Amino acid sequence: MRQVAIYGKGGIGKSTTAQNTVAGLASMGKKCMIVGCDPKADSTRLILHAKAQATVMDLIRERGTVEDLEVGDVLKIGYGGIRCVESGGPEPGVGCAGRGVITAINFLEENGAYVPDLDFVFYDVLGDVVCGGFAMPIREGKAEEIYIVVSGEMMAMYAANNIAKGILKYASSGKVRLAGLICNSRNTDREADLIEALASRLGTQMIHFVPRDNQVQRAELRRMTVIEYSAEHPQAEEYRELARKINENKQLVIPKPLEMEELEELLMEFGVMENEDESIVGVAAAAAAK
Amino acid sequence: MANPAKKIEGITRESTQAMIDKTLSEYPEKARKKRAPHLAPNDPSSCTACVKSNRKTVPGVMSARGCAYAGAKGVVWGPIRDMVHVSHGPVGCGWYSWGTRRNLMSGVHGVTNFAMQFTSDFQEKDIVYGGDKKLAVLLKEASDLFPLAKGISVLSECPVGLIGDDIGSVAKKMSGELDLPVIPCNCEGFRGVSQSLGHHISNDTIRDYVIETREFAEPETPYDVALIGDYNIGGDVWSVKSLLEEIGLHVKATWTGDGEVERIAATHKVKLNIIHCYRSMNYMARVMEEKYGIPWLELNFFGPTKIRESLRKLADRFDDRIKENVAKAIDKYDARMQAVIDEYRPRLEGKKVMLYVGGLRPRHTVNAYEDLGMVVVGSGYEFAHNDDYERTSPEMPDATVIYDDASEYELERFVDELKPDLVGSGIKEKYVFQKMGLPFRQMHSWDYSGPYHGYQGFPVFARDIDMAVNSPTWGLVKSPF
Repeated sequence: MRQVAIYGKGGIGKSTTAQNTVAGLASMGKKCMIVGCDPKADSTRLILHAKAQATVMDLIRERGTVEDLEVGDVLKIGYGGIRCVESGGPEPGVGCAGRGVITAINFLEENGAYVPDLDFVFYDVLGDVVCGGFAMPIREGKAEEIYIVVSGEMMAMYAANNIAKGILKYASSGKVRLAGLICNSRNTDREADLIEALASRLGTQMIHFVPRDNQVQRAELRRMTVIEYSAEHPQAEEYRELARKINENKQLVIPKPLEMEELEELLMEFGVMENEDESIVGVAAAAAAK
Repeated sequence: MANPAKKIEGITRESTQAMIDKTLSEYPEKARKKRAPHLAPNDPSSCTACVKSNRKTVPGVMSARGCAYAGAKGVVWGPIRDMVHVSHGPVGCGWYSWGTRRNLMSGVHGVTNFAMQFTSDFQEKDIVYGGDKKLAVLLKEASDLFPLAKGISVLSECPVGLIGDDIGSVAKKMSGELDLPVIPCNCEGFRGVSQSLGHHISNDTIRDYVIETREFAEPETPYDVALIGDYNIGGDVWSVKSLLEEIGLHVKATWTGDGEVERIAATHKVKLNIIHCYRSMNYMARVMEEKYGIPWLELNFFGPTKIRESLRKLADRFDDRIKENVAKAIDKYDARMQAVIDEYRPRLEGKKVMLYVGGLRPRHTVNAYEDLGMVVVGSGYEFAHNDDYERTSPEMPDATVIYDDASEYELERFVDELKPDLVGSGIKEKYVFQKMGLPFRQMHSWDYSGPYHGYQGFPVFARDIDMAVNSPTWGLVKSPF
């Protein structure tokens, strides 16, 4: 059983990419499970064709304690036999979503949700790793392969670099490794080259470049993955290709995160950011304020 | 200095410093460097703190300190008898702090006193989804079950601070709905270095939510006083209150031993605040001084010498009527106290005591032992600040060891060197010294006895000390080691 975690900046397309990829793996005959680690509980919507109604935390709240819950209550089977669980959690601004992730994953482990015949477990984690709870999937004994979803936008790359720092921290004491960057294209300038370069600086690979295509949106509106909605569409093939690459991937590395200056240099090198005169930074706003 | 410094034969600055150095020498370098400023020989002539205090405990040593929640629940809020005190968080903090401090209460259980354990008993789901909704339900239930409670305090445990439960807004909403004071107190245990911050936070909540919200029903008089920083351990408040009333003062409120919240809320109307435990309540004494112009006087009611001094200081603040009453009271009780001294002093003369407690005891009880002919050869606090040590310096004999946030190892070594006849400290230290075959008194709760305060308290104190020091038990026990 390979345990895989998908990280990346909020809104980058982690859940969409993860579900399409897992659908691709399922279509190859792999037995997969998705564990959604986000209080929004939308990591399994495209597989289950509906937002999960019974998350682990919601049922714990309803019934009183963790002990009152059975795996069968929260584990749903969706497209391609994919097993789906959502940790669930509070609405923004109250409680502790991170603890929700910890509680849910402990519950799944203790109650045998990880059956031995699974080929892949995918953790789809909330974009900002704001506290220890959201790092739960990469702690000792859990996900050992991390894929970071990224695009050619600066903040997405910045987030990817920060996640690499987090992986480095856990990698020194455990088996967690960076397995690659997945470029979910935003059609920025020289995007593939830039992400290739970032990947090589980090010591990893760009495992796949997923082009931007509205077919993803069309499938999502129908609560399906592209693979299920239009198996013949070229975009479906892209995700199957990504699935194949992940299945065959052996390149697991301890990342070498970049300093902020190095990241900026990289952006300049690829012409995303011009080599500006430092003296004009912040001057426009100051002038306007006068 | 009016009084010459007290001296103890065989204790010099050099001997004490040598004992400290020997003790410190066992520590690793880092710990030694950290602990060194917290241990020193006393210098009464300087009237300054000889040790550093109110710093983080050195990791790895056994500390006797509590936490901010302990300071709020156990010390300041808990003793107010006509309120419901809610421990907001998992069950343990509330359960293990329930009734352990022996702050005695009058009244009828469930009617005029609520010495019960109320907790929101956090489960996983409350951490994840927040405990605010549960708190609102709990407040409603508590008020339905105990309609005579005069208010509810909400005392935060650690998780509440971690998940950011907004107890302030719940308290505000429910206070309006229930038409009852609901006081949110963010005293999460991880805040600060000891229980001391809990006292401060609680004082601040009294300032922000309680004081000036009520008036006394009785007409004002020039003799209105409040007793601040006395938690009625073993009945101390009752002993002092009756004495103050005997000399003609009206004790309008007691903070917070056997306290009533509506009286505490009206304390801005008194003429003088008498403060016992300076550490835990100087904050509110200062607030009342600045805001309402109420002077405060720090008094010591342990042992006849200090009681006499304190009563005379009080008399100076009032008219001839009170002055006469004070003189009469001193005459009357001095004779009785002398009888107590005559009985016990011959058996206790020259016996040595070591103290390690909190609040006011390491300085306020020194003279009570001396009244019995004993000497205090070492003293220290768990959670004191600089100003406490300044106040301790003149009370302790010259060159005696002063220790701040002492570890069990340090206390053991000092006991080895000083060979006291009695150790007065807390429950965590008790068995260490009893196993050494030493008489011990648990001096946080007066070892299930009391009161020790006032003229009622001194005979009890003298009896207990005699009982401990002169018990034949320790002579009959043979060490198996």
